[in-house]
Amino acid sequence: MSLAKRIIPCLDVDNGRVVKGVQFVDIRDAGNPVEVAKRYDEQGADEITFLDISATHEGRGTTIHMVEEVASQVFIPLTVGGGIRKVEDIRTMLNAGADKVSINSAAIYNPDFVKEACDAFGSQCIVVAIDAKKVSAEGEPNRWEIFTHGGRKETGIDAIEWALKMESLGAGELLVTSMDKDGTKSGFDNALMKEITSRVKIPVIASGGVGNLQHLVDGVKEGGAEAVLAASIFHFGQHTVEEAKQAMAAQGIEVRL
Amino acid sequence: MNQKLVAVVDYGMGNLRSVSKAAEHMADSQTRIVVTQDPQVIQDADSVIFPGQGAAKACMQALRDTGMAEPVKQAAQEKPFLGICMGLQVLMSHSNENNGVDCLDLIKGKVSQFDLSGHPALKMPHMGWNQIHQTQDHPLWHSIAQDSRFYFVHSFYVAPEDKNTIIGETTHGQTFPAVLSAHNLFAIQAHPEKSADVGLQLFKNFLSWNGH
Repeated sequence: MSLAKRIIPCLDVDNGRVVKGVQFVDIRDAGNPVEVAKRYDEQGADEITFLDISATHEGRGTTIHMVEEVASQVFIPLTVGGGIRKVEDIRTMLNAGADKVSINSAAIYNPDFVKEACDAFGSQCIVVAIDAKKVSAEGEPNRWEIFTHGGRKETGIDAIEWALKMESLGAGELLVTSMDKDGTKSGFDNALMKEITSRVKIPVIASGGVGNLQHLVDGVKEGGAEAVLAASIFHFGQHTVEEAKQAMAAQGIEVRL
Repeated sequence: MNQKLVAVVDYGMGNLRSVSKAAEHMADSQTRIVVTQDPQVIQDADSVIFPGQGAAKACMQALRDTGMAEPVKQAAQEKPFLGICMGLQVLMSHSNENNGVDCLDLIKGKVSQFDLSGHPALKMPHMGWNQIHQTQDHPLWHSIAQDSRFYFVHSFYVAPEDKNTIIGETTHGQTFPAVLSAHNLFAIQAHPEKSADVGLQLFKNFLSWNGH
């Protein structure tokens, strides 16, 4: 009897529609977020993460309405990320029905925002998203740094130190995405995951690079992640969440079936 | 006009919306779910849901500030009462959170932080889906399978003095009491409002429970 490893489908939402990951050339519409969320819930998803990529004020309003609608029909934890910059943004999302928010760039511009957010709402609802890229050369010891703007802008911040700092500021969970792997379908950067999961005491969600079910298994077994996040393998019917869980269970990982 | 009024205690913290939505989802047309800060509504309600997230100190402070501490205490002694997460912990005598906080003292016992020193691989908060082992029969377990998984997120756990109040247990490094019951009171450490079908079933059971 113990805690199950979690599978979290991630939905990129733009103006009220689910879109395929932004790293891909052809952005395909993947459906109505409420329908998609219900489908994943029925398949046994352990949580759902929405990444709001709406750049406009109107798109933002649509997202809030979407969260309200999903939360009245889907009774599993919902996380919303993208554009969370102020305490007020967090309150708005929680009031709409989100259970957690994911903070990314705002933490880099102002790390104390993480502490402020945790003090106001509790660590349990504050996820810090870390986008990391390997910066060490071949043959050197591994080193990763934090990047912003979808991996285009370097910050010079060491990813491992950053993870420890976010933990110390009260983050309840870390969502770690390898920008080298994101969109490649070649699996998580498990060296990065392991480095972080072995150093922090809080749960870590592995993200970026899932192309098949074995990658999910590897994220838990090699990367030490408490949860694995994936988008495209679920969106277009390549696999169901249930198949993913069966694959993990078959390799001895405890999951909720 | 046999309308049933269910009060969801709002002390300004936590995911109240999720709790009221889940209850509404399972309520029949005769049942009204009201999220409230009004002590009078809690007194008038047929049953009470006491949800919660956050810290014990802030929770106790908010209960006193809103004047709800007494009606909540009273409700917990006389009508069907469902405590969730922090709504379980503050029923105890004392919590070790925030350098020590005196709580509602409805169930004798204390609230302590997990000690995971012997379990380097386990994470804190205890976050995610874990099994609840039903150690005693209860009307609220109706149609919920033994060892079903519920969604948890917490770093403290309750330890009642009277072990007979424990009706469900969960293991995270150590086995801890996950569900307590005494008379008309049922309190759970997990979040049924986020526990998919089994959680919704628990709400359904609660809404039709007369407290015996």
